[in-house]
Amino acid sequence: MPDTPATDHKIRIVLAKLGLDGHDRGIKVVARILRDAGMEVIYLGLRQTTDSIVAAAEQEDADAIGLSMHNAGHLTLAPAMLAALDQADLEIPVIIGGIVPDDDAEALLSAGIAAVLGPGAPADQVVAAVRNSLAS
Amino acid sequence: MSIRDLPVGEVVGLALDGNRRAIGRLLSFVERADSEADEITELTHDRAGGAHIVGITGAPGAGKSTLTGQLTRLLPELGFRPAVLAVDPSSPLTGGAILGDRIRMDTIAGKSVFIRSVATRGHAGGLALSVPGCVRVFDAAGFDPVIIETVGVGQVEVDVVGAADTTVVVVNPGWGDAVQANKAGLLEVADVFVINKADRPGANDTRRDLELMLDLSHVSGLEDDTGYRPPIIMTTATEGDGVADVWAAVVAHREHLTTSGQLAVRRAERFRYEVASRVEEQLRSTAASAIAAADISGTHSPTQVAAEITNRLIGN
Repeated sequence: MPDTPATDHKIRIVLAKLGLDGHDRGIKVVARILRDAGMEVIYLGLRQTTDSIVAAAEQEDADAIGLSMHNAGHLTLAPAMLAALDQADLEIPVIIGGIVPDDDAEALLSAGIAAVLGPGAPADQVVAAVRNSLAS
Repeated sequence: MSIRDLPVGEVVGLALDGNRRAIGRLLSFVERADSEADEITELTHDRAGGAHIVGITGAPGAGKSTLTGQLTRLLPELGFRPAVLAVDPSSPLTGGAILGDRIRMDTIAGKSVFIRSVATRGHAGGLALSVPGCVRVFDAAGFDPVIIETVGVGQVEVDVVGAADTTVVVVNPGWGDAVQANKAGLLEVADVFVINKADRPGANDTRRDLELMLDLSHVSGLEDDTGYRPPIIMTTATEGDGVADVWAAVVAHREHLTTSGQLAVRRAERFRYEVASRVEEQLRSTAASAIAAADISGTHSPTQVAAEITNRLIGN
């Protein structure tokens, strides 16, 4: 059995669907990809609020937050998430995955979202986006 | 200034004042067994001991998380400030984990509840060290009760949850006959039995099987010599049915522990278990490099090679 050193810092990431978007197939795939990359995924599932995500991030000491969005709410919800984190004095990178048009992705990145991943993003790109968000 | 940049002593100070971000941070140090973990133990040890430690265990899918979620909704209404340590397995292949207990707790749990998800992280010794450390942080920060929720598969999981003040074992209707009930070592650590999903057929059969098993403990003399018999509570946790009865049974068990003097005995055992786990972990990591460099050519037998290493390490 592989024996991970006790001091090994596991990346802990909170994954959630923010708002009333019920499409959770993608986020489940992402959860599995990140688990298989050796990360600890705290999976919150559907119908979360900015408050519930902030509470989970605090309690779980999350290194990153991943949000899945498939209902065109990203331009409203993503900045709301950043504002809630700022309010709670939490400096945690937020990554968005889902259906986001290119122009909107630009806007999200300049608003402070760490990365935007579209449909069909390969596993190594998903993993790299999380790792890079921690480095910066 | 971010809490990530503060020295650990100051983070402990904030945590003891109830700062949730600080508590979350301390739990990470303890879980990683960083050098800070020992300092945290020293700073929290004297403050801990007030909380009632409740273990909740059972097979995957039995309803542990849902029951725990319901308890964390009920308890603040009764004036308690509960914390939950939810343990889920790590993948033995990649070391990663999907920690999904919050899905069933978050929507139910009150805002004052602190929930922390913990992965088993590969080696067995890790959990035996990190769980008592995390419980101590919660206890020192004033949470009471502290609920440890874990799947009852694997000896360490059973040991950890069995070392609680009160251990609740969750089973389901159709879960097995009386023979299965006697096989499972999990049942021997139960202080309270919960038959969850009791709205399903077979709940009364399961109840009868458990009662029979408890009767047989009496016959074989394994019964608690203080005369305590674990109660069996029927619940439908998704609806909240029976949850108040579960808490009442936990409270009654706690009173029994106090009046019978068993609380001190259990806590002393738990203390010894943690000491033993720490010593074993120390020896294990000391031995690891010698084992990696061992002569595995087959020239000497495994017994001889092991004896040579052991003698060298402990200086016989």
